[in-house]
Amino acid sequence: MTASKAVIAGIGQTEFSKNSGRSELQLTCEAIQLACEDAGLAPSQIDGMSTFTIDNNEDVDIVRSMGIENLRFSSRAPHGGGGSMGTIAHAMAAVEAGLSSHFICYRAMNERSEARFGIAHMEPNSNMAGSGTGFLEWSMPYGAMTPAAWTGIQAQRYMEKYGIRNEDFAPVSVQIRQNAATNPLAWFYEKPITTEEHQSSRWIVEPIFRLLDCCQESDGGVAILVTSEERARDLRQTPARISHATQAVPFETETVTNFYHEDLSVFDSGVKCAEELYGRTGLGPQDIQVGMLYDHFTIAVFWHLEAMGFCKPGEAAAFVKDGHLAPDGSIPLSPNGGLIGEAYIHGMNLVTEAVRQIRGTATNQIEDVENVLLSAGMSGAILSRC
Amino acid sequence: MTADATSEQIQRERPQPLPSRNSAFYWEAAEEGRFVGQRCSGCKAFRHPPRPMCPICLSVEWEAVPLSGRGTVYAWMLPVHPRMPMFEYPLVCVLVDLEEGIRIFSNLYECESADIRTGMPVEVFFVPTRGDKQIPVFRPVLGDA
Repeated sequence: MTASKAVIAGIGQTEFSKNSGRSELQLTCEAIQLACEDAGLAPSQIDGMSTFTIDNNEDVDIVRSMGIENLRFSSRAPHGGGGSMGTIAHAMAAVEAGLSSHFICYRAMNERSEARFGIAHMEPNSNMAGSGTGFLEWSMPYGAMTPAAWTGIQAQRYMEKYGIRNEDFAPVSVQIRQNAATNPLAWFYEKPITTEEHQSSRWIVEPIFRLLDCCQESDGGVAILVTSEERARDLRQTPARISHATQAVPFETETVTNFYHEDLSVFDSGVKCAEELYGRTGLGPQDIQVGMLYDHFTIAVFWHLEAMGFCKPGEAAAFVKDGHLAPDGSIPLSPNGGLIGEAYIHGMNLVTEAVRQIRGTATNQIEDVENVLLSAGMSGAILSRC
Repeated sequence: MTADATSEQIQRERPQPLPSRNSAFYWEAAEEGRFVGQRCSGCKAFRHPPRPMCPICLSVEWEAVPLSGRGTVYAWMLPVHPRMPMFEYPLVCVLVDLEEGIRIFSNLYECESADIRTGMPVEVFFVPTRGDKQIPVFRPVLGDA
């Protein structure tokens, strides 16, 4: 049981929209500035930084834009949104090793108004290096050109094995839209959906995903400030401890185009994240009060629930139908509305909500939160009260 | 509806492969209508997608070996939205487990979408793409169990 000494001392996010009206670099700087303000730290003091592959904002541009004196540590976590929590692992490692004192994890994008993920990916240079996926070479000539298509074929194997139909995903979508409906910062604020609306939404990948199984496409920026528990005492906020953070690349795994490991009904990278997170912290699923589970598609919530031990393999459909994801359920799901209901900032808006839940300041606050699980598949973290 | 691979005009609009240095042999063979896989010269294990080193014995020696072209459907789906003009719909995407023990992503033709089953036996054939290339796709093996 090695509790990390790294904490999240500040969070910042821009508004979430479909057209931000400004550059991705500006969204980045605004989010970082807000995280520093939240913590009570001058941006010039930032000395470490990480984002992940696919983000277009370079460290040098941020340093020059924000008057940062010297960046001592800079990294990019791999695997796109699946690796989003890798930024927290890098931050934790850098702060604990003394490589950085004030470390920013950031992600900002005009993913709706500029480069949409949901349209066909045809350009040879799009999302290639560092994204850990073979989608272009092996999927494009066969007409699978979107995240929904790549994820959908894995989902079919799970559905086949356990006799799952698309309507079994509806409780996830309905619950997470209900959460967003009471979050004024969510794009789908005051716009809950019914099971019938889920079932009448059009097919995106048949017979796997309908429109209301898919996360949004969004514009926005998010940043968090990581420092040591000791330094956080001089800052403004009650910190959220990074109990542990990890990445996972099991043998034969790819990012998104994860077609090649033996049994695709098993979320292999999530299983490895769970072993590492629970093994290092001594915590288990029974110790988690909120699950911020990467919901790029509804089935991903099933995969996280099973990999992280909240229910047994194949039981997720019955588990979610029984209401376990509700705010008063055994594992409340993303109270902010997640990527489906609040916004798709590639996973990082799950982190800001996790910190609010630890602080006790969230709009849809869950009672008595000690530990929050952040699970993005190829990376994960547990945040805890200090 | 049956996805029909015979509409030559649309088929020739299909995007051509983008080979890498590690995979060029696979696509070049396909261009000639040959279906080959990468097999380690040391331990004889097949691997796909092609990579320069065998993950079992770490040999960098390998050979391109003719594949039987037979396998079974491991998983499938139909991309519906967004539609792309260079493909015919309904379009069936499949993961095929080949007899040699490797899995490849492809399309399934000559099969009603209602009749697709995981585990169904399939065999390879080739369809044209842009740039006068060809790529391997699959169809059911009729009368096989």
